[in-house]
Amino acid sequence: MKTNQNSRRDFLATSLIASASLVGCATKNPFTAEELPDVKPSGEMVKLLSVDGEIIEVDKAFLKPVPELPAVMNTEAREGITGKKFVMVIDLSRCKSVKKCQTACNHMHHIHPGQNWIKVYPMQEAEHTAPYWQPTTCMHCDEPPCVKVCPVDATFKRKDGIVLIDSDRCIGCRFCMAACPYSTRVFNWEQPVLEKEIAEKPYSCETSVPQKKGTVGKCDFCPDMVRQGNLPHCVSACPNGVFMFGDLLEDTVTNGAETFRFSDLIKDKAGYRLMEDLGTKPSVYYLPPVNRNFPFEKEKGQ
Amino acid sequence: MDKLKENQIIEDLLPQKFGKLGRIWVASLIAVCALGAFAYGRQLYYGLEVTAMRDYVSWGIYISNFVFFVAISLVGSLITAVLRLTNVKWSTPLTRIAEIIAVSAITFASLIIIVDMGRPERFYNLFLHGRLQSPIIWDVIVITTYFFISLLLLYFPLLPDLKILIAFKERNGKWLQKLYVFLGSYWKDKHAQFKITDKAINILAIAIIPVAFSIHTVTSWLFATTYRPGWDSTNFGAYFISGAFLVGAGGVVVAMYIFRKHYKLEKYITDDHFDRMGKVLVMLALLYLYFNVNEFLVPAFKMKKSEEEHLLGLFTGEFAPIFWFAIFTAMFIPIFILLFKKGRKPLPAFIAGVLVVVGSWFKRFLIVTPTLLHPFLPMHDVPANYHHYIPTWEEWAIAGGSLAGALLVITFFARIFPIIPIHETILETESQENEKHF
Repeated sequence: MKTNQNSRRDFLATSLIASASLVGCATKNPFTAEELPDVKPSGEMVKLLSVDGEIIEVDKAFLKPVPELPAVMNTEAREGITGKKFVMVIDLSRCKSVKKCQTACNHMHHIHPGQNWIKVYPMQEAEHTAPYWQPTTCMHCDEPPCVKVCPVDATFKRKDGIVLIDSDRCIGCRFCMAACPYSTRVFNWEQPVLEKEIAEKPYSCETSVPQKKGTVGKCDFCPDMVRQGNLPHCVSACPNGVFMFGDLLEDTVTNGAETFRFSDLIKDKAGYRLMEDLGTKPSVYYLPPVNRNFPFEKEKGQ
Repeated sequence: MDKLKENQIIEDLLPQKFGKLGRIWVASLIAVCALGAFAYGRQLYYGLEVTAMRDYVSWGIYISNFVFFVAISLVGSLITAVLRLTNVKWSTPLTRIAEIIAVSAITFASLIIIVDMGRPERFYNLFLHGRLQSPIIWDVIVITTYFFISLLLLYFPLLPDLKILIAFKERNGKWLQKLYVFLGSYWKDKHAQFKITDKAINILAIAIIPVAFSIHTVTSWLFATTYRPGWDSTNFGAYFISGAFLVGAGGVVVAMYIFRKHYKLEKYITDDHFDRMGKVLVMLALLYLYFNVNEFLVPAFKMKKSEEEHLLGLFTGEFAPIFWFAIFTAMFIPIFILLFKKGRKPLPAFIAGVLVVVGSWFKRFLIVTPTLLHPFLPMHDVPANYHHYIPTWEEWAIAGGSLAGALLVITFFARIFPIIPIHETILETESQENEKHF
């Protein structure tokens, strides 16, 4: 099998050199010593896919890091992704409060130390009921109380169901924080501690980075990741597959390893939403903590 | 009426220069304002981090101070509009006091709300991107309207007085004379002018009542439109309005006493005025008490789980001392004092007024903060200091500075303009004398 692949690669490479020598005089190759006279070839070669869909081999020294692709325009970020309705399912029977979700979220969104967008609550409904861990993200409500009260349209609801914040517009009145029954919103009371490189980036509603002093922040369902076809950071970070993310219209949710039909999952496991009686219509569903993978144990300091 | 008597009234009511006490008063108010400004400078530099507000208690004493200011400003509409339209004559000398309290309080309400903003420099977004569905925008609209109506209600009755003031050129000095001329030189005491202003004042007096109700109802809706226990109440509008009239009337009684004592106005602000205002205060305190009973007893009877923690915190828990202090000082004790005829004498009425105002300030604190400390989901995964709210010195300095600023506006107003309407007092005295003759 391995030899096969090698021979295939060799074949591609030789044909490429041949074609390159053929078209060499017609098109400019940006990876040559003539184009980049200051660079000394290192001798280490890298295979790349050219714009024509062909594989070329290039000296590593000629490669330059390309700045990250800019995030989508603000107007597009406010619109959302057409034909999608994002949902999350959180399986409480799998959570043991490892908090990898929280760490990943804090890290990727450069959240100010001490603050969390994802919180993992130790819950116990009543004295004789069983305790369990409940991770909470933003509920991305379909009737979002926060959006209703925002005086400047700084927090908004997109057509794909995601609720985001424009930190360049937020006036910091904190009415949304008072309105949110899930206590999901946090405020940048001081200048957020950020690396210079991050702090200087232009703010994007889809990455929620960089957080800005005097404005509100919260879980954003990572639309930048979703746009690239990836899962939100919390979903991929969780070692226990607690979080499942997907599209309601496709009726599919996945935690990366397993994929479920959303409607079946909710029906079979009796999924529910938090504070249904308030009429906020969250996009986050919970599966009750039955047949648990782990016992409920509090570690010191939790 | 003879000229001598008229001149006596004018002489009594002309604005007076600050005495020694006045200067100390002004200097200390300016000092408090300066400290507040310094604290605000720090807040602008470091962010709202200098306050004790955090993610759970995201509104603190700035917002309760805002509610307090809006509340006390409602008295302008009560004294000028409600009493005017119901043909109550005795309130004439109190109208200007009430109106300047209204104007300065609503001004500082707007300022303190800007202080509370995380990004005050983006204030213009309210006009650029304002969304009419947000109660904050409603508040901006009605408060602006109320400010201008109150300002006009202060200005129009001032016009005939300005003419009187302009006549005292020597006494006024250069700057004040210029100001009086700028504001009122077109007033010629003509019949047509009186007719127009009378009509304008009547229209404004009617217009200000729904606007006044709106400012405080909308302010109550900043809370009542949320789901939180303690705020999620259909009683809130009426509860706020009744409390607002109470604290405003209390503020007027306090101001009446101080102006009367300091400017020797015993002839104009009489014991009878205190007696009547005392009765008004009792009625308003009983009204507010009624809404308090509704606000607390009904949920306490049910003790819904989400409300329980909040209510117990007020009745017997963390906030019980402030809660009972506010209930007693804002309602029970003033009612007890003012129910007796002796209690409606100037000094006890003044004390009752002070109690009402102080108690009401703390009542506003209780409306804002305890609710925020009892969210639906438990407080978790946050630093320890997020679980409590004890205002920092910066917050106290800024809140104190705003209160001092409001007092300073009132003080300077009384220095520049007659705090009791001269022209109207002359008219009143005339009509009283005519009645005697017939």
